[in-house]
Amino acid sequence: MRPGAQAVSPSVEDAVALGLTRAEYALVVDKLGGEPNEVELAVFSVLWSEHCSYKHSRPLLRTLPTEGERVIMGPGENAGAVDVGDGWAVAFKVESHNHPSAVEPFQGAATGVGGILRDIFAIGARPIAVLDSLRFGEPSSPRSRYLLDRAVAGIGHYGNSIGVPTVGGEVYFEGPYEHNCLVNAMALGLARSEDMVRSAAAGVGNALVLFGASTGRDGIGGASVLASAELGEGDADKRPSVQVGDPFEEKKVLECSLELLERGLLVSLQDLGAAGLTSSSAEMASKGGVGVDLDVSRVPLREAGMAPFEIMISESQERMLCVVEPARVEGVLAVCERWEVHGTAIGTVTDTGRLRVLHGEQVVGDMPVAALVDECPVYELEPRRPASPLYPVPAPAPLFAASHGAGEAERSGEHARPAVEPSVRDILLALLASPNIASRLPLFEQYDWLVQSRTVRRPGEADAAVLLMPTGAAIAVSIDGSGRRVAADPYTGTVEAVLECTANLACVGAAPLGLTNCLNFANPEKAHVAWQLTESVRALGDACRALGVPVVGGNVSLYNEGAQGPIYPTPVVGMVGELPDPARAGRAGFAREGDLIALVGAFTPILGASELARLRGEALPTQLPEADVAATQRTHAAVRDAVRAGALTSAHDVAEGGLLVAVAESCLAGGMGAALERRPFAALATALTPRRAKRARGGPLPEPLAAALFGEAPGTAFVVSGDREGLDRLEAGTHLVELGRVGGDALAVGEDLAVPLAELREAHAALGPLFP
Amino acid sequence: MRFGVVRFPGSCDEADALAACRRVGEAEILWHGDRDLRGVDAVVIPGGFSYGDYLRVGAIARFSPVMESVTAFAGDGGPVLGICNGFQVLCEAGLLPGALLPNVGLRFLCRQLDVEVLDAGTAFTRACPPGDVLSIPAKHQAGRYHAPDEPRVVFRYAHDGNPNGSSNDIAGVANEAGNVVGLMPHPEHAVDALTGSTDGLKLFESALALART
Repeated sequence: MRPGAQAVSPSVEDAVALGLTRAEYALVVDKLGGEPNEVELAVFSVLWSEHCSYKHSRPLLRTLPTEGERVIMGPGENAGAVDVGDGWAVAFKVESHNHPSAVEPFQGAATGVGGILRDIFAIGARPIAVLDSLRFGEPSSPRSRYLLDRAVAGIGHYGNSIGVPTVGGEVYFEGPYEHNCLVNAMALGLARSEDMVRSAAAGVGNALVLFGASTGRDGIGGASVLASAELGEGDADKRPSVQVGDPFEEKKVLECSLELLERGLLVSLQDLGAAGLTSSSAEMASKGGVGVDLDVSRVPLREAGMAPFEIMISESQERMLCVVEPARVEGVLAVCERWEVHGTAIGTVTDTGRLRVLHGEQVVGDMPVAALVDECPVYELEPRRPASPLYPVPAPAPLFAASHGAGEAERSGEHARPAVEPSVRDILLALLASPNIASRLPLFEQYDWLVQSRTVRRPGEADAAVLLMPTGAAIAVSIDGSGRRVAADPYTGTVEAVLECTANLACVGAAPLGLTNCLNFANPEKAHVAWQLTESVRALGDACRALGVPVVGGNVSLYNEGAQGPIYPTPVVGMVGELPDPARAGRAGFAREGDLIALVGAFTPILGASELARLRGEALPTQLPEADVAATQRTHAAVRDAVRAGALTSAHDVAEGGLLVAVAESCLAGGMGAALERRPFAALATALTPRRAKRARGGPLPEPLAAALFGEAPGTAFVVSGDREGLDRLEAGTHLVELGRVGGDALAVGEDLAVPLAELREAHAALGPLFP
Repeated sequence: MRFGVVRFPGSCDEADALAACRRVGEAEILWHGDRDLRGVDAVVIPGGFSYGDYLRVGAIARFSPVMESVTAFAGDGGPVLGICNGFQVLCEAGLLPGALLPNVGLRFLCRQLDVEVLDAGTAFTRACPPGDVLSIPAKHQAGRYHAPDEPRVVFRYAHDGNPNGSSNDIAGVANEAGNVVGLMPHPEHAVDALTGSTDGLKLFESALALART
């Protein structure tokens, strides 16, 4: 008789309510040789959810390159890790907490940070940094402002309280994220390579010890209910599915875990994340090829009367599960006692290959581990390129609205050209004030970016964060992704995200060691989303192979859509690189009067999918020009080498807003003006003029000149400053055009334009009012 | 010269404080549950969120066994430096006057600041010339100093840089004897030019100078 069969069995309708399909339910019955009871159905429903099983993305992820000389731990463990020399390893991973954050932004974002930190210390690395990648709707919407404010507060609350610095990140605001914000958190950890632990359970007869917070009803069903379905009406009712974080508890659990490992008391260690005890125990058993007996009656509970299935799938935060040799259990419990965290032996490793759930003497669930973890059905995607545009055209910014410079009567239809064409100066200031470009300082100031005394380059000081290593060298880290460009062209947009990330590393003098990613997409069961996902992963693999950067881990977040439509497809890439001399880490700001300013790289910007196009209210193009990865890689190497040699005063990549915005950003970061010549911009505009066009259209700002000034080609070009010798050195390795000189208290282009620094600064401070 | 750096559950900056102390002398961690100060010459209560600071900043830490010994040590004239959460703990313990309230903006703020030394006569400022302005970062959500009576003010936020709305721009105070000093900015995070500035070293050097006299 199947365990618990005497009780009323849940029905197929219950399975559907828990997120399984009817076919999946039938498969469960088949695997078990009978109908699942309540515990078994709960366990299958969470482990076979998209969030835990990757059932729509697994075949794609297998195509990514994961091998590399410096890789110590690759995908499949709690986090990836690379060798940084002298026996030290840096572990890192990015993970999403999108749906919880859309429902309850403070706790959603806070526990997102808590979860990714546990992944890091679960492999024996001390967390040393957090970065985040955030997407919200337009800040003009009260809901977006609320989500932004609370998510930032949540990230700060957790990271600040646990003593891990938040050293960087990115945030963008676009309409398609209005109802489904993205909150991705990346964490880095530092460990001695030989001390790192894996998560496989091993040693029949060994004990399973649960330690950390007690188990409550919070987060029950989070993996299946929130993470694996589209958001919709009534999401506020899902709040009980959002976990509540306690960074103080996690700080104790962190220190306790590291002490247990340092004392050599553990066989393996695993954190309890999505699907709680269920996924941690099943995954440990699966990796070790063993079975596990768990007695849920021994689990310390936060509230009385919890049913066994609730204990198994609770997502209460700040808990860890470890495998311990019987003789060492007492020692483990003593360390737990010292750190004031509950430590309880709750189970045993068996040779049965089955996950058995006991309640005291009674067996309340009995399932083959292989069926739970490895035999979840995998779905082939059915990708199809959409025939028509998927995303609404954004409304133009006031400066570009038809009514600008005209009376109401002259307004002629939506998204028409403004009556008075904005000047270069107006456009520059509008771009600097755009929420996607404005200074991130009001966010970064809410994070502790300096604790642990490793932060050599602070947020805003350079294109990537730079952290000191115990070897005396340093690592750099950056996180990037542009959903808008991926929406326009999933393949090229994704290649650009990788290039943008390596460009940021190059600016501080770092060469990439490894990459982690978080693939945020909508419902993959829809053909156009399947196409976006397929193209994006193909691009990620191609770019990483071309650059020789291994993918050491990642996370997939699907079903990011609501009744209003899908999010922009948003692959977020996080990269760790190394630089030999932290004292020579690059900076973004101009710093020396009289320095030459140059544009570096073969730069062929376009206005399509640019920030200016968004402000103008233009539709996305259906394709982006293919990126030349090999040429870009040579440019990155040249910039990196020049920075490492101390040949440059500043290096900053040309990203959102284009060339003039990049120069303005270097002015602002260094508090120094720049006098640029008009000629290089005119030459670039000429080069960008289509051959068939006889002459560029007149008016205040012909399109080719607009593209030269404000067009984008992410990751391909840099604005650098330095002396003649430094630029000569750089020019030997790449394409370089001198733009002008550093100095004065304005950004000037020839005689045509001079914007005082104070005005640039005021525009750039546009996010301040969002955090009163 | 040997410093002891207290570690509470929830301390975050104890490793940084330890490293800063080691730039001028020896240093070791003092466990919150031990009453033994192990014969150290000076005590540092570091920053962080002791016991999670869920009740009120520093309110629980001050009842820990180690604080009984620190109180006795301070009473005997031993130098004690409280940084950020440590400052909050010393106020809760009554070793320093006043209290730290939530920032006026109600937000956590992390910023490099200019801090002026008003009193160069304390155990932790005697290596500073009076009027010295130190570049030191501050990071806190409850740093608004308030005291009913006039305290012995040691540090003040300079150049209109008060990040939290404290009365009279007070950034740090001392007890009447000058051996117990607390401040919100983090001198232990200003001891290396690579990661910011070295101005914070002066506080630790002051304690060393005191030990040598």
